[in-house]
Amino acid sequence: MTQLDAVVKPKTKRSKRFLQSREPKLTENEKSAMLIKGGNTSETVTQALKDLYSLKKPNAVTYKKKNITRPFEDQTSIEFFSKKSDCSLFVFGSHNKKRPHNLVFAIAGRMFDFHVLDMIELGIEKFVPLKDFKNSKFPEGTKPLLVFAGEAFDLSNEHRRLKSLLTDFFRGPTVPCVRLAGLEHVLHFTALDGKIFLRSYKVLLKKSGCRTPRIELEEIGPSFDFVLRRTHLASDDLYKTAHKQPKALKAKKKKNISHDAFGTRFGRLHMQKQDLGKLQTRKMKGLRKRRGGDAERGPSAAKKARTP
Amino acid sequence: MASCSVEDVLARAEKEEAEKLKSISVHKELELEFDLGNLLASDKNPPDVREFKQQKKEEFLRSLARGNTQLLINELWKLPTERVEEVIVAKLPDPSTRLPREKPVPKPRAPTKWEEFAKLKGIQKKKKTNLVWDDVHKEWKRRWGYKRANDDTKEWLIEVPATADPNEDQFAKRVKAKKERVAKNELNRLKNIARAQKIKVPGAGLTPASQQSKAELQMAMQVAKTSTASVGKFQDRLPKEKPARNTGKKRKFQPLIGDFSSEKQKQLDMLKIMDGKKPRLDITKAVNKQMREEDVESGSKRRKTPGKKGRKGNFSGKGKGKKGRAGGGGKNRKPRMKQGKR
Repeated sequence: MTQLDAVVKPKTKRSKRFLQSREPKLTENEKSAMLIKGGNTSETVTQALKDLYSLKKPNAVTYKKKNITRPFEDQTSIEFFSKKSDCSLFVFGSHNKKRPHNLVFAIAGRMFDFHVLDMIELGIEKFVPLKDFKNSKFPEGTKPLLVFAGEAFDLSNEHRRLKSLLTDFFRGPTVPCVRLAGLEHVLHFTALDGKIFLRSYKVLLKKSGCRTPRIELEEIGPSFDFVLRRTHLASDDLYKTAHKQPKALKAKKKKNISHDAFGTRFGRLHMQKQDLGKLQTRKMKGLRKRRGGDAERGPSAAKKARTP
Repeated sequence: MASCSVEDVLARAEKEEAEKLKSISVHKELELEFDLGNLLASDKNPPDVREFKQQKKEEFLRSLARGNTQLLINELWKLPTERVEEVIVAKLPDPSTRLPREKPVPKPRAPTKWEEFAKLKGIQKKKKTNLVWDDVHKEWKRRWGYKRANDDTKEWLIEVPATADPNEDQFAKRVKAKKERVAKNELNRLKNIARAQKIKVPGAGLTPASQQSKAELQMAMQVAKTSTASVGKFQDRLPKEKPARNTGKKRKFQPLIGDFSSEKQKQLDMLKIMDGKKPRLDITKAVNKQMREEDVESGSKRRKTPGKKGRKGNFSGKGKGKKGRAGGGGKNRKPRMKQGKR
């Protein structure tokens, strides 16, 4: 498609703008997610997809009809959807007999250049939907605080990728500054006892007597208990390519500046050799240069010599 | 006495301070790692599994989350703040967690042929004004596009040039010329894209020209002739038609004075072959022969009637793989000769 895009010339300004919005850029658009319903889903999975959609809104697209595909076996249809809706994150919900126990699983994954990078299958062991918590929620599009707890997130490669994937999925837009009173939503991921617990809380800021408030949490849902199932992780090579930063975005190193332990800035200056001939010494009448004398006489004499 | 009271006051103040901080401080074995640009915190302390199992699970998770969130909030409140439109905002640092990109880093567009030429010649772009004076309408109009100045497509009268055919439609001529310019530009655009992607331009040898030369016509005919399913093998020839020249592979010769060692090696190899008593093995030929034999064998096994076997032999005359075989009729000779000439 990318190759075709280069050849197809947009006929209107509007379509040109549309194509430009999808081009690769230096600073990228916010990643959006597809929530795809599989060929066979249980009510839990459908509800879970809906709740994830409401967490991810407005950067999400739902595929509500049955999509008979198996991402771990054939990724082409997922890649096609991704290209079509310009999404690089996806959650695929399906439910079948082969996966034991709760028989429910969701797959989360992400793409690079419309090819699947990572896919991690999470089985839902317990799920409490958003609507079961009867309390006030937070406004749509709130940037959540993300907290990962548990040493497991740093121990195995799969968990490390999962942490990166979840961060990528939920972090929202990159912003230069944030309203302190607007930090209302916490997503807490706990890796414990071989499971991953996802809890979503509302932050209540209380007075503490000093500047920083004391906080209390109120669960607002949805809450998930996940178990890790199959994974499809990108090779290290591809993973590295996907992380490549454009040169233009890297901060240029300033030369000749260093800092010491106390943060004092030191600079090194390179001086030209001083011309001592022009050095002004003490002014005296006897040492004064004659301006009208030698300086003018020299060139005029040369000219005279040339003319005849 | 006085010093004692001062100490008392200090101690009391310290105590008060500690009490104040008590409500917002959380004790952790390992310090949390923060990425404030993403509002992200990671707690590497292993959660207490025993407590998790004894306590109510939800309560345990909530208290863990409260502690971690409090620490993250403490860190966020330390950031420099600013007042924007009566709202206090904290300036976030750049995110430190590296996440994969969505699409690859954009590459700079490859220069077009014109841009390359212009750079070579040092031709610089000149900015033209958008508006130009229209003498007929007596007003400033756009240079290009809709309602442009001096629009030559809107003229109601065109003078017939003295050299032109008087019956020729000058309006139609202009329209045709414009269409051709557009088509040429489009072709050039496609060529530029093909060049940038290093694809061979299809049909670049046969671009439309207003007046085709003899050589071009010859080439067009040749292309048309070979554009059949059998690459022109069964195309009839005109009487007295000569085979096309300068098509096919060009012979290349080794330089007269060059790499002597490789030349010597070649000569030695040739001598070795000539001197050797073993017959030389032509692999393609051998493979083809083998395949033919297998085909014939399987064919004879299937149908054992001798009459059909004879027909088979006829078919074999047209097959590809029997270049060096004695079998085959007069039909076969012709293409072989052709190959030799090429």
